[in-house]
Amino acid sequence: MSTSSPPSRRYSLPLRARLATTVGGAAGRASRLAGRGDGSVIGGVIGLRLKPDLLSLLARGRQVILVTGTNGKTTTTRLVTAALGAMGQQIASNAFGANMEAGLVAALAKAPDATLAVLEVDEKFMPAMLEKTGARVVVLLNLSRDQMDRAAEIWMLARRWRAALAAAPGCRVIANADDPLVAWAAGQARQVTWVAAGQRWHDDSWCCPNCGSHLRRDGEDWYCGECPNRRPPVRWVLAGDEVIDPTGRSRPLDLALPGRANRSNAVIAFAVAEVFGISATQAMGAVQQVRSVAGRYTQVERNGCALRLLLAKNPAGWLEALDILVPPPVPVLLAVNAQTPDGKDTSWLWDVDYRRLRGRPVFVTGERKLDLAVRLEADEVAFRMVGSVDEAIDVARSKSMEVIANYTAFQQIRATLGRVG
Amino acid sequence: MSEDLGRHRPSGPSAVRLVWVFPDLLSTYGDRGNLLVLARRARLRGLPVEIAEVNSDQRVPADGDIYLLGGGEDLPQILAARRLAAAGPRVGLAAAAGRGAVIFAVCAGYQIIGTEFGGVEGEPVPGLGLIDIRSGRGERRGVGEITADVDPALGVERLTGFENHQGVTRRGPGVKPLATVVTGVGNGDGTEGAYSGRVVGTYLHGPALVRNPGLADMLLGWVAGTLPPVDPRHEDLVLRLRADRLAAQGPPRAQ
Repeated sequence: MSTSSPPSRRYSLPLRARLATTVGGAAGRASRLAGRGDGSVIGGVIGLRLKPDLLSLLARGRQVILVTGTNGKTTTTRLVTAALGAMGQQIASNAFGANMEAGLVAALAKAPDATLAVLEVDEKFMPAMLEKTGARVVVLLNLSRDQMDRAAEIWMLARRWRAALAAAPGCRVIANADDPLVAWAAGQARQVTWVAAGQRWHDDSWCCPNCGSHLRRDGEDWYCGECPNRRPPVRWVLAGDEVIDPTGRSRPLDLALPGRANRSNAVIAFAVAEVFGISATQAMGAVQQVRSVAGRYTQVERNGCALRLLLAKNPAGWLEALDILVPPPVPVLLAVNAQTPDGKDTSWLWDVDYRRLRGRPVFVTGERKLDLAVRLEADEVAFRMVGSVDEAIDVARSKSMEVIANYTAFQQIRATLGRVG
Repeated sequence: MSEDLGRHRPSGPSAVRLVWVFPDLLSTYGDRGNLLVLARRARLRGLPVEIAEVNSDQRVPADGDIYLLGGGEDLPQILAARRLAAAGPRVGLAAAAGRGAVIFAVCAGYQIIGTEFGGVEGEPVPGLGLIDIRSGRGERRGVGEITADVDPALGVERLTGFENHQGVTRRGPGVKPLATVVTGVGNGDGTEGAYSGRVVGTYLHGPALVRNPGLADMLLGWVAGTLPPVDPRHEDLVLRLRADRLAAQGPPRAQ
């Protein structure tokens, strides 16, 4: 580093914190070299052990944006980072989805000079991470059933979000007004940008989170019949394939990323950019160009077959993934595990409607392929169980194949394919 | 009474009427699976099936054969109980229970059919009183795979499922436990689930009837009489899944 550059933020850290980030960074590099993960977490873990308040220290003096929700965290984090690129500043980000405290620490430690940080955070840890980072912006995407064996109840989660945001008056919340649980969670925040980002999955929000009565829906609108809780007026709108900005101007999104869910994430990214004075026009190009995120949506060539990798971790995610499948006869490979990060209860498979897979070649793999097989049998979807991606490719003899996998199954497939994307 | 149902059936197979109660509120743990499995196993026996999915703003019919209630979080559970109770004792689910229809309730639904369950802060909330059980809140959440041996009087093989609840359930006199826990938590006293007449409740998801086809056949048998066996080709996957899940629980305890 040349002597004329501004003093690194890093040297404003107390000695012990500097030591903690240095040791942590070395451990991260060692972990990467040893081929164990991408090294982003281990460094943070070690750093935190040496200095438990490391995250607060690392966040000090930076503008932190936290992105949370059940689905779309990693992609939205990437889209927000792209949108803010117009500011021409270095941005710290946990771009590969390490979204607990150690991952946040590692991302900040790796970019000591970045004054902006876009950080994905696990929905269960958002309140604690908000407190520790003093975030300037919190993005709430959606809330639906996911890993229920760990999360217990979604409404409890919304309740904790609500309390945390009420206690952070300096924070601006960017929230999806179309998700009643999210809207309620943001309902006591001082500054909110409401976005009509849509909600494909309704089955966790038939109950008013405020009073427990039945929520009514009328097209896009929702309201409670018993208490004043209703959909707030929105500033940004996703309307089909277009975004409508606060001035009412509508323009096509035309993203490289597929699907409604990603259009929704993009509109949220524009709403975040607005907080930093960046218009949708300025942000559009960079947002449009994002084409794969931490291996998701990646096209991989394998033994003459072009695979497209889609991650879906829960019923809402599967709904969106099934929506963007290319039409038959292109075969589909489904992979399901039930390790701790996936949730150990596979009951959720029965919340997904697989009937639209009828009439095309379907392959089933993963550690819980039997659960999936029984599920498909009940939906009268013909399928074949296989031991691996390669076996599916061999049997299918197709030029292309769509792959939908849940979390650890997705990671395993990525590892097989050589950590692509 | 219920005993008459079979006898009054016309000679040809009449449809088994399945009623899924409030899937909008009580379907948090793949509860559709129980409905699909009952329908599938009935059809595999050549029994026609009629399905009514009744949302919470609709009226629950009283003339069903098997009623299903699923799992849900606190708020939907309380709302569902309130709506079902508001219908009164002479219509809908209560009327069906009164004439001996089969009721199969899981988790939050299991608690609702009892006389009382725990609300948001653990406070007692009145249930429907279709079976004499009371549920409250335990000290910690029971989360994980569960296996349990069914009351031998019911002739159903060992249950396998997944539980995720903080409920503790006590039975009144005349109510029997559905099963004895082998691994897992269940009712909290070493038993799992409860039954009285044709009202059955359990904490198992999985969903329960998917992983335990014997339990599904028990319910169907109560409605349709003796069932012919299912063609093994149509049962192979389910039996493999059962074996897979039971094996994942380690060697079964000596019986």
